[in-house]
Amino acid sequence: MTANADVLVPVVDRGESLEELVHAAEEHTRGGISNPVLGMILFIASEVMFFAGLFAAYFNIRSNAPVWPPLGNVEFNLRGHVLLPAILTLMLVTSSVTCQIGIWAIRRGDRKGLMRAFVVTIVLGILFLSGQAYDYTTLGFGINDGPFGSTFYTLTGFHGAHVFAGVLMLGVVLYRGMAGQFSARHHDAVEAASLYWHFVDVVWICLFTLLYILG
Amino acid sequence: MATTVLTPTATRARSGLYDWLTTTDHKKIGILYLGSSFIFFLVGGVLALAVRAELAQPGLQFMGEAAYNQFFTMHASVMLFLFVIPMLAGFGNYVVPLMIGAPDMAFPRINALSFWLLPLAGTIMMLGFVLGGSAAEGWTSYSPLANAKYSPGVGTDLWIVGLILIGTSSILGGINFLVTIFKMRAPGMTMFRLPILAWTVLVTSVLVILGTPVLTSALIMLFIDRNYGGSFFDPAGGGNAVLWQNVFWFYSHPAVYIMVLPAMGIVSEIIPVFSRKPLFGYKAFVFATATIGALGFSVWAHHMFTTGSVYLPFFSFMTFLIAVPTGVKMFNWIATMWKGSIQFSAAMLFALGFLTMFLIGGLNGAFSASVPVDFAIHDTYWIVAHIHYVLFGGSVFAIFGGLFYWFPKMFGVKLNETLGKIQFVVMFVGFNMTFFPMHELGLMGMPRRIADYSPMAGWNDLNLVATIGGFLIAASVLPFLWNVFISLRGGERVGDDPWEGNTLEWATTSPPPPYNFDRLPEIRSERPVFDQRHRLAGRATGH
Ligand code: HEM
Ligand SMILES: [Cu+2]
Repeated sequence: MTANADVLVPVVDRGESLEELVHAAEEHTRGGISNPVLGMILFIASEVMFFAGLFAAYFNIRSNAPVWPPLGNVEFNLRGHVLLPAILTLMLVTSSVTCQIGIWAIRRGDRKGLMRAFVVTIVLGILFLSGQAYDYTTLGFGINDGPFGSTFYTLTGFHGAHVFAGVLMLGVVLYRGMAGQFSARHHDAVEAASLYWHFVDVVWICLFTLLYILG
Repeated sequence: MATTVLTPTATRARSGLYDWLTTTDHKKIGILYLGSSFIFFLVGGVLALAVRAELAQPGLQFMGEAAYNQFFTMHASVMLFLFVIPMLAGFGNYVVPLMIGAPDMAFPRINALSFWLLPLAGTIMMLGFVLGGSAAEGWTSYSPLANAKYSPGVGTDLWIVGLILIGTSSILGGINFLVTIFKMRAPGMTMFRLPILAWTVLVTSVLVILGTPVLTSALIMLFIDRNYGGSFFDPAGGGNAVLWQNVFWFYSHPAVYIMVLPAMGIVSEIIPVFSRKPLFGYKAFVFATATIGALGFSVWAHHMFTTGSVYLPFFSFMTFLIAVPTGVKMFNWIATMWKGSIQFSAAMLFALGFLTMFLIGGLNGAFSASVPVDFAIHDTYWIVAHIHYVLFGGSVFAIFGGLFYWFPKMFGVKLNETLGKIQFVVMFVGFNMTFFPMHELGLMGMPRRIADYSPMAGWNDLNLVATIGGFLIAASVLPFLWNVFISLRGGERVGDDPWEGNTLEWATTSPPPPYNFDRLPEIRSERPVFDQRHRLAGRATGH
């Protein structure tokens, strides 16, 4: 009995690098969510709070303004400018679907399916970004046009930056996928990237509703 | 290629500077955190001395008002964001994976990134001093004072960028801690067997993940106001000045718990070991920690009582409420020592310093929580006294306690106890000399953030005392530096477990191997090493 008083940690070969050891230990971590996916969920929680700060500022400023959108610039009326953003919204929502199709594919071990779906997702993401950049050039106000301009460009701009980051993330996943790094059992990075992409999509739906529909 | 120079672990661990610069080992990163934060502590200390020197007498002796404003702003910013927060993260980094029996943090490379962002951010923040003046509107950077019109110059922008980077470092670190604690615990290490330090780091990480991004958003809006003609916070342009205060304090009140919860964790490791008793009321302590964390998000507007735009009774009540879980902890610590065989090591002395001084910091905080009282003492030196009793009397004493406690684990040698005790006494006396009189100054109406005051105000003597105290504190750091120096050169070699500790870090060698453990003791309680020692001792006498 006394001999068993010590529990051996996962057998360790001193020649292994720390990375390998950590990886070995990861395999032995508790069941359930994998480390990268849990890390991504927590990261998304922090991103939610980041946008919460920006949204809070928007609502605060809006509720303090006598009229919203402020008078004096007809361009502030974004409800009349909803067509392109609506198309872009459609693209982003579609990209979430294609992203999810990729996830389902790799869960079945279908690497080709993952590649195809992610290529489409990335293309839609880039189209969204280009569309938004174009849309900016057609708006008749800038970031320095009072609280309306600053909140509008800050909210949509930082969302755009997040789409950009998401595209990069998906790109890395695609690259690693082409190198054959994912399988039905090992594709945590893919799951994590897709969670992020869905999050970015949800933020945009909130923004679109708030800025263009409710105006 | 890198792989061709691979040598056996023992020599590899010693392979010098390159190794330190590229390491992903949580222990080395932890030591890097501690070292870099300590350097910033010295920088912030020098700035504090400059401030105190100027305040010793009425009139302007050593600097102009512009320089003074930069110094007190950067003093606070450096102390808070580049010293206390990363220093505690350093303890978390070094100790937590060991305590829970993990081989490393969950994401070692992200961990390295979290660290390296800090010296970068610190440099960016300080760059202001050589580029025409640093930030000078106080660490709270209230708008419209912080707008481009009233704070022109690149210093404030550098301050913003630096702070965003520090925040990013904290967020990545917080995620790393949480995943590590949730997923990498050794077999048998259940959540309710986690050492208290791990619990406090856990709650702190939640606060970081939920609070710090809000500060990031505030800083970004301020940056846009300053540089791109935004009008978030400028009433002249249709913005709202109080909005800044709301978003800023939504982070910065929880931030005080980010700065003190891990310190409480450190103290909770030290006190049981040097009282030779288990921590009294383990679960109560855990729940108190979680409650403090949760309540911490509902009190931010106690910094804004005088703005007239917050609902006073609510925020006052919630603030008082936080005293309850804090009181529970005080009770736990005292009950832990009660009838223990207390050993007054340097680490224990600093822990006791924490207890007593943090108590004062809590009590004088309760005064500010009372709205009518706060109307009188807001923005006076009373507040400066309060923040230092919690931050210096609390966090800094705990930090030194932790350094004395874990130094033998990190380096295999003990710090000199006598020097440690001398340091403690001088620091304790100096600290109280500096900050206790500030209560009185505050009550007499001396405002904070002023470089000069009237010689007729009757504030001269107390200010002189405070300045002398400040230099005493500085003097107390010298024995510590000397102590580290001589100990690293040839301190007393002690075994793996010099204090007869309770937690897993004492079950491995000092310093531990890169992968932390060859074998782990069986984990049946929150004191596995105590259990092991006890059982082994029982067996030895049985034979
Ligand atoms: C040698 C030790 C220290 C001395 C002598 C000192 C002195 C001072 C003084 C005189 C002020 C008031 C400046 C003013 O309002 O004009 C101040 C402010 C402050 N100090 Fe310290 N300090 C010391 C250590 C620390 C430490 C360790 C921390 C944090 C852990 C800290 C955090 C702060 C903060 C947050 C402020 C508020 C600044 C403001 O009003 O914006 N200090 N300090
Ligand atoms: Cu507060």
